Amino acid sequence: METLTDPAVIDQMTPIPFRVRSVREELSHTFTLELEPPDGAFEFLPGQFTMVYAFGIGEVPISISSSASQTGTILQTIRRTGAVTHALGRLKSGDYVGIRGPYGTPWPMDDIEGRDLLIIGGGIGLAPLRPAVYHALENRDDYERVVILYGTRTPDDILFEKEQRSWGDRTDLSTLMTVDAADRGWNGAVGVVTRLIGRVGFDPANTTAMVCGPEIMMTVTAERLIEGHSMAPENIYVTMERNMKCAIGVCGHCQFGSKFICTDGAVFPFPEVAGLFDIKGV
Amino acid sequence: MTEDSLAKALGDHDFFRGLQAEQLDDLAAIATKVEMARGDLIFAEGGHADSAYAIVDGSVALELKVSHRGNHIMQTLHSGEMLGWGWLFPPHRWSFSALALDPTTLIRFDAEQLRLLQDEDCALGYVMMKRFAQVMTNRLAATRLQLVDFYGNTH
Repeated sequence: METLTDPAVIDQMTPIPFRVRSVREELSHTFTLELEPPDGAFEFLPGQFTMVYAFGIGEVPISISSSASQTGTILQTIRRTGAVTHALGRLKSGDYVGIRGPYGTPWPMDDIEGRDLLIIGGGIGLAPLRPAVYHALENRDDYERVVILYGTRTPDDILFEKEQRSWGDRTDLSTLMTVDAADRGWNGAVGVVTRLIGRVGFDPANTTAMVCGPEIMMTVTAERLIEGHSMAPENIYVTMERNMKCAIGVCGHCQFGSKFICTDGAVFPFPEVAGLFDIKGV
Repeated sequence: MTEDSLAKALGDHDFFRGLQAEQLDDLAAIATKVEMARGDLIFAEGGHADSAYAIVDGSVALELKVSHRGNHIMQTLHSGEMLGWGWLFPPHRWSFSALALDPTTLIRFDAEQLRLLQDEDCALGYVMMKRFAQVMTNRLAATRLQLVDFYGNTH
């Protein structure tokens, strides 16, 4: 069994300095870092994450939110929630962060070719889904219908709003967006994201759903797809978040039942994790 | 719109789908088609709920007046959904205002006649009440989710 003192593990635990090319404020507490790898290219798959190190402060797991075909820089979209993410949010162009990775299982883009894609994001959960959207658009003929459903708290909390609106203008993609609360200035839907599911026609037998958001949003959404729309549970994928520390399956910090989120996930077929959501302390 | 075409439109509507032809005819006899422009007020909070509505096409916002905060949209409803149940129970008042978000087509029923029809045809009344109970259950569940931090911390 590997330990944290094994040379191979130490090598994997060593962050590589990436230069910050730009910092973009997305929402009041959310920003995106554009990072340049030192050797000019960084290969990853849609749905994977990196460990992002704010030097001297600490590391956090962050999903990559850019296209996997654009390897010259990567985008990481981060919400300010603690000391590390606040430190990352203070970075400026030309600063450096440490990066380890990429880690984790990807969205099953190759396995689901020829099927309809139903991509459902809640809040900042759209960030880990965005590489899957890019992949589907860059390989549009590989998939049948592509539908994106997005829900968030208020119109001020819509992530990548301009880009989502541009997706809505496309003819080869269907998008619907909803918020939990709005005043009369908002002309879109109000209600939880699960209420959008019934508004898009899809063939449950030929559809794969990819869902990302808080656990309650993912469980309710998966249940709605299964019970309300007869989707097979194995055709639903979710991405989990726990306190990943080593990200290489050694430290056990992100253990979720019998799974390590960092190596067995973070993207899981829903049946693999469904039974664990309701267990207190897991 | 003729009664026949209203009966067909009702038969195609998610809420009424599967009802017997005779029941659809009875419903069509007390229904009219209503077209709303974007921004039109369909009914006002606190007003007398003298109509029931089925949304055929378009979107409707349910608004609540909140002191010092203006009009707050609680939920939007869309094609295939029923709009409001204030007409079902005394005191027959609307709890929300309803505003057309898009050009919207509705089927409007006279509430008094609809209540009478449901009392006279108990089988229809029972089916309608079961379906309304399902609508209410779904909306209550959705409202509960809006109350929790459904899109809280992640990633």
